[in-house]
Amino acid sequence: MANRSCAFASRVSALAIRRILIANRGEIAARIIRTCVKLNIETVLAASEADRSSLPARLADRVVCIGPARSSESYLKVETIVHAALATRADAIHPGYGFLSERAALAGLCEASGVIFIGPTAAQIEAVGDKLRARSEALAADVPVVPGSAVATLEEAVAAGRLIGAPLLVKAVGGGGGRGIKRVERLEDLPAVLELAAAEAVAAFGDARVYLERFIASGRHVEVQILGDGHGRVIHLGERDCSAQRRYQKLVEETPAPGLPEGLRADLHAAAIRFAERLAYRGAGTVEFLVDRERGTFHFLEMNARIQVEHPITEAVTGVDLIAEQIAIAGGSGLRLSQSDVRPSGCAIECRVNAEDVENEFRPSPGVVRQVTWPSGPGIRVDTHIVAGSAVPPFYDSLLAKIIAHGPDRAGTVELLREAIASTHLDGVHTNLAFHEMMLADAEFRAGAFDTGFVARLLARRTATEHAPDG
Amino acid sequence: MSLTAADVEEIMRLVEQSGFDELELEMGGTKLTLRRDAGDKPPRHITPVSTDAPLEKLPAAAAAPVTAAAAPARVLDPNIHEVVAPLLGTFYHSPKPGSAPFVQVGTEVEEDTIVGIIEVMKLMNSVRANVRGTVTEILVADGTLAEYGEPLVRIRKSG
Repeated sequence: MANRSCAFASRVSALAIRRILIANRGEIAARIIRTCVKLNIETVLAASEADRSSLPARLADRVVCIGPARSSESYLKVETIVHAALATRADAIHPGYGFLSERAALAGLCEASGVIFIGPTAAQIEAVGDKLRARSEALAADVPVVPGSAVATLEEAVAAGRLIGAPLLVKAVGGGGGRGIKRVERLEDLPAVLELAAAEAVAAFGDARVYLERFIASGRHVEVQILGDGHGRVIHLGERDCSAQRRYQKLVEETPAPGLPEGLRADLHAAAIRFAERLAYRGAGTVEFLVDRERGTFHFLEMNARIQVEHPITEAVTGVDLIAEQIAIAGGSGLRLSQSDVRPSGCAIECRVNAEDVENEFRPSPGVVRQVTWPSGPGIRVDTHIVAGSAVPPFYDSLLAKIIAHGPDRAGTVELLREAIASTHLDGVHTNLAFHEMMLADAEFRAGAFDTGFVARLLARRTATEHAPDG
Repeated sequence: MSLTAADVEEIMRLVEQSGFDELELEMGGTKLTLRRDAGDKPPRHITPVSTDAPLEKLPAAAAAPVTAAAAPARVLDPNIHEVVAPLLGTFYHSPKPGSAPFVQVGTEVEEDTIVGIIEVMKLMNSVRANVRGTVTEILVADGTLAEYGEPLVRIRKSG
């Protein structure tokens, strides 16, 4: 990482935070430990039984087993996590992403127990965690939202549907990360979809509330990384384009967003800052937008009140260690950067390497990794928890590694990343490496003019090629 | 169903070809433990992770294998039952400070005898013996952290 973050590292060691309990697993746990080592902060890893021998468990200063493999009995137990932090005399808890990272209950219990939560306040998590509440917060901050409406009854839904127009989306209030979303092509299908969506939302999120939203035919997913000091000062660290998604799951992310008009880019940054300033947001967060390519407008989607999976691309171009800044803000050092300190340089692209079988509907492919060779070299970064012999348990997400390339321009960076992916070898589980290679070689991707429908189109093209007669 | 000599040979061949150093197999009443390179060697298959800032602690950490409190390699007398922590928390020997402990070495216990409590954020969870017998050892000190699955008390089964 660039020298700038190293200069900050020496200043953090004077903080109150001497020992951090990491309430997470996988690559993000290893990633957090890496910064803690640099900052001379001790780490305690809260691991499930399935993760006792993982790479993060070997890297941490101490491991405590918090429960069985099933995350509902380990990584999702708020009281157990806080008890483990208190009993091991950890000053702070880093929740990573997923699991309890955006549960107000964990932040709240930390506040009540005198443990520093490395993240926003419980009240801020509540404000952005509920989609309807976040939407009204956006409107109050003069941040445009996608035309849509909360609906309580079928009559309301039909009326709102007429105003918004088809196609439209039915979204579960308690959903997120692409879960709990249904598309309605024709208004006459709305009642049936609504009934199904509400039933599923109860089962999945314990919350039957749904809302309707305009479906944007050609949209780009662009998000803005922000840091806030918790007292109303907020800076942005540029945007990330995460349009290469399959079923709302991100596969490739890049910064800067390619082909975005400069005026629109500046408007996105300003909107993200307005949103976070209004909340006096504390820590690292991401404000997600859908950019309507046809209309040239953008709409607030949601705010993620945590570190994102794709944060390394922002680190690559800015030289800022976002985990170190999270720890600094949580430890009381405030925001050590001003907006003018953030000077992104070049382009960075990340591929998420998953243990999944592309040929079988991208089904997860747990197992044991027998051998692995990760790429290395100038401009290449690999964030992973996988070494030869690592288990990929079936209980958790299938992310094996993030391969990140950083170069002066987009074309060169795409090529660098393609070479890095090609030189990656992994035996023992299926991976999506070949799919990434295909994606990076694709003309539409190379042109940088794609939208959230890109991966679906690519898969359709691939199937068509496979079924075409030879000759 | 039990293991034949041919089965064991086949299993040994598979382990030999695999990346594993150790195998434990339990079927019915049979338990088979295979270990190669017996001794305290570090795991052989650790390759350095390439990142821009290397995981500097890896070589040292890898050289010292993780010693899992809940899963140490030990041979237990089949007549000894270990009561393990059903959840992570602070283990207490007695219902409140200063009062008599639930059990001591030599205490005769029934299945539902409480041997201690595990406190998680002020919530008390009773831990029961689950066997009839005599307490032979109390492994976790009063008021200290017990991890999930950590052995708390040993009981010699009776009858």
